[in-house]
Amino acid sequence: MLRFGDKANLWFLIAPPTIWALHFLFCYVTAAVICAKSGLSADLRPIQIAIGAATVVAALLIVAAGWKAYRHWRPSSELPPYDDPSDDDREQFLGISTFLLSCLSLVGVVFVALPALFIADCR
Amino acid sequence: MSRARPFPAAATLGILALSACTGPQSALDPAGEDAAEIAGLFWQMLAGAAVIWCLVLGGSVLASWRGRSLWQVATALKVILWAGAVFPTVVLAGLLIHGLRLMPGLRATESDLRIEVVGERFWWRVIYHRDGAPPVTSANEIRLPAGATVEFILSSPDVIHSFWIPPLGGKTDLIPGRTTRQVLRPTKPGVYRGACAEFCGASHALMALTAEVMTPDDFARWLQAEAGPAAVTAGPGPDAFLRHGCAACHTVRGTEANALVGPDLTHLGSRHTVGAGILANSPAAIARFVAHADTLKPEIRMPSYAMLPETELRLLADWLASLR
Repeated sequence: MLRFGDKANLWFLIAPPTIWALHFLFCYVTAAVICAKSGLSADLRPIQIAIGAATVVAALLIVAAGWKAYRHWRPSSELPPYDDPSDDDREQFLGISTFLLSCLSLVGVVFVALPALFIADCR
Repeated sequence: MSRARPFPAAATLGILALSACTGPQSALDPAGEDAAEIAGLFWQMLAGAAVIWCLVLGGSVLASWRGRSLWQVATALKVILWAGAVFPTVVLAGLLIHGLRLMPGLRATESDLRIEVVGERFWWRVIYHRDGAPPVTSANEIRLPAGATVEFILSSPDVIHSFWIPPLGGKTDLIPGRTTRQVLRPTKPGVYRGACAEFCGASHALMALTAEVMTPDDFARWLQAEAGPAAVTAGPGPDAFLRHGCAACHTVRGTEANALVGPDLTHLGSRHTVGAGILANSPAAIARFVAHADTLKPEIRMPSYAMLPETELRLLADWLASLR
């Protein structure tokens, strides 16, 4: 029996950027809603905590996807490009693509969350 | 025939280019703390970019010179990973954190003076708020005390404008339906030039602003004077102003003219320019602006008064210029 994630597939490929997009929406929508409802002097501490928690969850999910992808890629076995019409190359191609997207998405998630650390109020 | 000498030519061009770094509207010649931070950021980034540019070009020269014999594929992939992905990410993260750390200062909550600036097409309404005294309205010129923290409250009734005095700080948009803020901390007394930095119509490029940084004592005296009524409120000048309908749009405090459509002209004579920074202030310039407003500033709301007799124009202009 195959365990979850034993074989690379397209769902793993789109998961990291999707998590990044959801995290982005969460950060901006939460901040916009709280600032619109509470005015310029809104207390931002709850937003900072919420964005911090969302960032940790998103980062863990992306790292998990990236770790699975790294295993599918098996970088030590063969150098890219993986362009032979074989199951092995398909697996390695999806693996490396997912791994690189995971790295990009992780950086994206951290960059999106950084302003919440520094911005002091809604102005 | 002498041969061209590239070095002196390049040096001359370089010196000419450096002369562009100063002047009343240069972000590279800061006269305020915020502009100094921005200029610092610019020079740091320029130096960093120069180093990276040399490394990248050096790399490409080396690669084209040595070709495939330079590295094994596996080493080349490592170079791409570290120099092409990890290094830029680290640099960008550093710049992002540095930039974000500067941002709270741009929105300081404590200020010594609050000035409301409304972007109109194509001029600036300026209102100084004072503690325990009525606000003072002026136009197209902002005076600031050196060493103070000044908060600008920015808004627009029509289209998006952008408020930018490069020697004093960064730019902030004026957005219809919203209030935006900017904090400036001018340090060096002098006369600077600001501009609308967001396209707002045919006369966008003619929507400038004079910013004069004064010593705190001079500023207090000036604001006291600016709050008072016009210097001359009766006589042939004010009569002509009312007779020709100028009062339908303009205010001159101390006379019957109290409309809010156009700029407040109570102390027009004391301003550096006429028409939001387009003409040096003089009776002749005022007469020219009144007679040819829509030629000097296309799409302006003020009609031209070219039909006025020369004597009337001069009467109006001389009076307005005398309102110091």
